[in-house]
This record gives sequence, structure tokens and C-alpha cells, in this order.
Amino acid sequence: MIYAILRRLGQMLFVMFGISVLVFLIFFATPGADPAARIAGRNASPEVLEAVRHSFGFDRPLPVQYALMMKKIFITGDLTSFVNRGWKVVPAVLDAIPVTLSLVTGAAILWVVLSILIGLVAAAWRDTWIDRGLMALGLLGISMPVYWLGEVMNLLSQSRYHDTWLFSWVPPLGYKALSDDPKGWFLTLVIPWVTLAILYIGIYGRVLRAALIEAMQEDYIRTARAKGLSESRILLRHALRTSLIAFVTLFGLDFGALVGGSALLTEVVFGLQGIGKLTYDALQSLDLPMIMATVMYASMFVVIANAIVDMVYILLDPRVKTA
Amino acid sequence: MSDTTLSTAPVPARKGRGPWARAARRLWQNRSAMVALAIFLLIVAACLAAPLYARWAGVDPFQSTLDAVLKIDGVDVPVMEQSTEGLGLGYTPLGPTWNLKHYFLGADNQGRDVLARMLYGGLNSLWISAAATVLTLILGTAMGLAAGFFGGLTDTVLSRILDVLWAFPIYLLAISLSIVTLSEGLKIGPFVIESGSLWLPVIIIGIVYIPYVARPIRGQVLALRQSEFVLAAINLGVPGGRILWRDILPNVATTLIVFVPLMMALNMLTESALSFLSIGVQPPDASWGTIIQDGQALLYTRPWVALAPGLAIAVSVMALNVFGDGLRDALDPRSKIRLGRD
Repeated sequence: MIYAILRRLGQMLFVMFGISVLVFLIFFATPGADPAARIAGRNASPEVLEAVRHSFGFDRPLPVQYALMMKKIFITGDLTSFVNRGWKVVPAVLDAIPVTLSLVTGAAILWVVLSILIGLVAAAWRDTWIDRGLMALGLLGISMPVYWLGEVMNLLSQSRYHDTWLFSWVPPLGYKALSDDPKGWFLTLVIPWVTLAILYIGIYGRVLRAALIEAMQEDYIRTARAKGLSESRILLRHALRTSLIAFVTLFGLDFGALVGGSALLTEVVFGLQGIGKLTYDALQSLDLPMIMATVMYASMFVVIANAIVDMVYILLDPRVKTA
Repeated sequence: MSDTTLSTAPVPARKGRGPWARAARRLWQNRSAMVALAIFLLIVAACLAAPLYARWAGVDPFQSTLDAVLKIDGVDVPVMEQSTEGLGLGYTPLGPTWNLKHYFLGADNQGRDVLARMLYGGLNSLWISAAATVLTLILGTAMGLAAGFFGGLTDTVLSRILDVLWAFPIYLLAISLSIVTLSEGLKIGPFVIESGSLWLPVIIIGIVYIPYVARPIRGQVLALRQSEFVLAAINLGVPGGRILWRDILPNVATTLIVFVPLMMALNMLTESALSFLSIGVQPPDASWGTIIQDGQALLYTRPWVALAPGLAIAVSVMALNVFGDGLRDALDPRSKIRLGRD
């Protein structure tokens, strides 16, 4: 078990290194334009270009450039934006982390609870119209672009039905820090949580239903039935337990991917100043240092989150000894 | 009839249908898959008719027409209405007329016909997702085949590359690739891709999903590599390339076919998200994603600009997913091939 965990840690380090090299190559070695011109932004003066060239070491070999970039992003944190003169990028990214985490955590809780519920209901009433309806809804959830769903939610809750009892509690768009205003924090995040969760409820509901139906054909379920246990007890205490294993692995992958994907789009639509919104704003102004920093931090977070889930999994599941 | 030269004894005529015919029959009998396919083809046909529609309705979806005046039922209606709220300085584009002849879904911020733009944009969305699917399948299959078949150092190197790509969040990778190629395009040797070219999103989306195809293919090839007919071919001294082409590729073909609609659905969502972030399709070209972005500023006044293309994406992606599920069930009922992480 220790060996499996160490192996997973080693793999994590390798992937982190690989991603950092890939990001470096994409930003500094993609054929096309001069990387200094990209970093300095539009209409940069020759002096600025010269300064960029010097500080990123573009006159030196690639490995030195790589080391300089990693130092700027992770060690000294003095990567500065050229579009917004002198704006330190790394502190801005660190400040945005709580917003993204609030969004993602809330959505994850919602999607796990609801999708377990949906999976159970669909499996219990399998092949009835309840099952088919829920699975069709799940498919619809997967098929909608999440940012579009966010806009629809805004349209309903901020504009069209804002004055009705249904949405009158919805505060204007924006983020309120949990420490300043817990109630405001919760209320502003409810609609984004629901939006983000709808996408994943669909996928997870379907996966759990499939796993449950497969588990229900196992021998130990027959044994449980033979012992005279009630159907609901069999489903909840016996089938659900094994089915959750697949669910948990998937959750680890998605929780990470969420941070670097759908959450980004959701933040943009709801005006939440998280990593995603930061990236979006930088994309609009072609602020490359900022994008480098958000991409690097977010992907490192994803890799670490995945590794932690895998290690927890190794600890929990006695069958995974040397996977 | 080429095998008559090889066999001396007459081969008895095969009774029943081959596996492909049986699969086609299963697919045909799957009602929801067929309905989904029909809906999708309808959308494709509508988008292909975009130039015809624009000519018939007499609109240019790429030209801003801020001062155009429409004649609806004998009444002159300006495409950009003077705002009545606030100081009355702003202009609000025409809302939906629900009349196919002119501005069915209204106008966007530049007075362009939204429906016409949607049809043209749909063409781009469909083309990009289809081309990116082909690219991913080719590159992913090549990597999966090479890694699984040759093993050893090739496998180690390719698998590590795939590990890194797999762990890299899709959107972050796509954003990085887009932003560096956005302003200057891409130059690799003699190949130059201009910035703003539709090929850029195709290549970017094609690259980010490679591991989704390469990893399952590699797994299948590893298993096939140990099967008797492949071992026999190897021991007979058949060259590796020929084994790959004649023995291995046909055996992973069903997997590849199943990937097509599911991959396309995924690509469509990715393309629209990139375009929404303004790093996909570049103006004046449109795609469903860029139109949703155009509509974001008009969301509360003219919601249909954003609603309609989103609906188009949702319906197309759902149709592709349903058809893809049907295709998988038809080709390989026992398989558990799942695209992506679901």
C-alpha cells in the first residue's frame, strides 16, 4: 500500500513537471510570433520589448528560460502584467482562489447528493417512465453549454422573474466574501451552484444508475434477497455501497477538471471574480503573463486534487493494493 | 471476388448476414437513435442552406446595417430602435419578428439578422467539430496503435505524453494554445495558418482530445497483440505495418466508429465554449458560441440573440449523444466504451 501511494506521488510529480514543460513550450516556443511581443501585449514599445526579452532570458537557451519562468511563477512570484502595467500577477491569482473554491465546493456537494438520489430512484424504478424521464433529463443536462445555462438562469432570476416570489431573494451578480457576509455569500452562490451542478447531475446520475443495475445482478444481492431483506434495504445498504466506488473515482477526476473548465465559464457568466474570470479578462486584453499564471496554478491544483483522491481511494479500498 | 485465386475448394455461401449488416439493422430498429439522427441531419441541412436563406431574405449577415429600415406590414421599422429608457442615447436592436422573411429572431448589436448569422454560424460549428473529430481520430489512433503495437520505448514515451495531456485540464490547454496562436497564427515549416482561420480551432480541439481516443485504442491493441492470429502473423514474418493495417485496424474499427458522434458532441461544446471566450472562431465569422457572446450584452432586452444558438447547440449535442449511444449498442452491445469521463 505504501508502495502504491509512493508510486502515485511519483506519477503526480512527473505529470506536474510535464505540464509545466508543455505550458512553457506553448507560450515560449510555439512557431509563429516573437514570444517577447506576445508577452508585452499589443503596441509595446521597443524598450518594453527589450526589458521583457532580458527578464525572461529570451537570449539564453531554452532550459534557462524554463527555469526563469518557473521561478517567476512559483518561487519569487514577481511575474508582472504588461497590459496592466506593473500589476503583480501571482497575488491576484492567489486572491481569486477562495472564490473559485466556494463555487466548486458548493456545486460538488449539490451534484453528489442529487445525483445519488437520481441514480437510486432511476435504478429502483428501472425501465419505467420515471427512469426514462430522469435519464433523458440527465442527457439534456450534459448536452447544454454550461455558460448558456448560466445566461438562461440570469435571464430568469435577474430579469424576467426577479420580481416574483420565486427569485426575489436573488441578489445582484457578484461575489461576497464568506468572512464578510456569510448570508450574502450563500445567496449569491446558490444560482451558480445549481447551474454548475445540473451538468454533472446528469452524468453522475447515469453512471450511478448503470453501476447499481450491474450490482443488482451480483450473487451477494441474491443472497441478501434469499435472507429476506427488503428491496430498499438491499438497494441502499448493499448495492449502493459497491456502486459508489466508481462514483468516487469519477468524482476525483471531475472535481479537478471542473476547476479548470466549467467553473471558468460559470464564473464569467455570473461575474464571480475567481480564477476563471481572471483568465477570461486576461484573454480579452491578451494579457499573457496572467494567463500563464492562471493556467499553471489551476492545472497544478487539478493534478494534486486527482492524486489526493487516488491516494484516498488506495487507503479506502482494500482491493487496490498494487494498481 | 479476389479470394477465388487463393482457395481451390469453393467456399460455401454464407448463410445469414454479416456483422455490419446486423449492426445496421439493430441501429435501424432503435427508434430514438433514428429520430436523433434525423434531427441532427435536419440541423445540418438547415445550416447548409444558409447562403440560400440569406439571399431569399435579402440580408447580409456579415455586414453591419445600423441604419436599415424594414417595411413590416406597410409600417417602417428601423432595425436599431432608439432606446426609450434612461437618457434615450442607446440603441436597441430589433426584437424577433417571428416572420421568416425578415429578422425572424431579430437583430444583434450591429443590426445583423440573427437567424441568418445562426445558420452561417452553425455551419462553422458543425464543420469545426467534424474536422476536429477526424483529426483527433487520426492522431489518437496513430498514437494508440504505435504505443500498443510496438511497445517498449515507443510505448513508454507515447504513454507518458498521453498521461500529461490527459491530466492537463482540457479548457486550460485549449486556452493556452489559442492565446498564443490567436494574434499571429501558426507557422510550422512551410505550413502557415493565418490568425482567424477556422483551422486554428480545429487543430486546437483536435489536439486536446487525443488522449480520449489514444488511451482506449492502446488498451485494445495491447490485447490484440497477444491474440493468436496476430502472433501467428508475426511469426510468419508478416511486416509490422501490414499487420497493423490488415489485422489490428479492422478490429478497432468499431470502437473508432462509436467515437465519431460522441466525439463530435464533445467538440461542439468545446468549440462553442472557446468561441464564447472569444478565442475560437474570430469575427466577422460566426459560430454558435460567438453569437451567444454577442447576445450576452443584450440578454435582458433581446434574450433571443443568446437563447437561440444555445438551444441549437443543446439540441445538436443531445441528438449526437442519443445517436452515439444507439450506435454503440448496435455495433457492440456488450461493450462499455464510454467517451471521456462518463
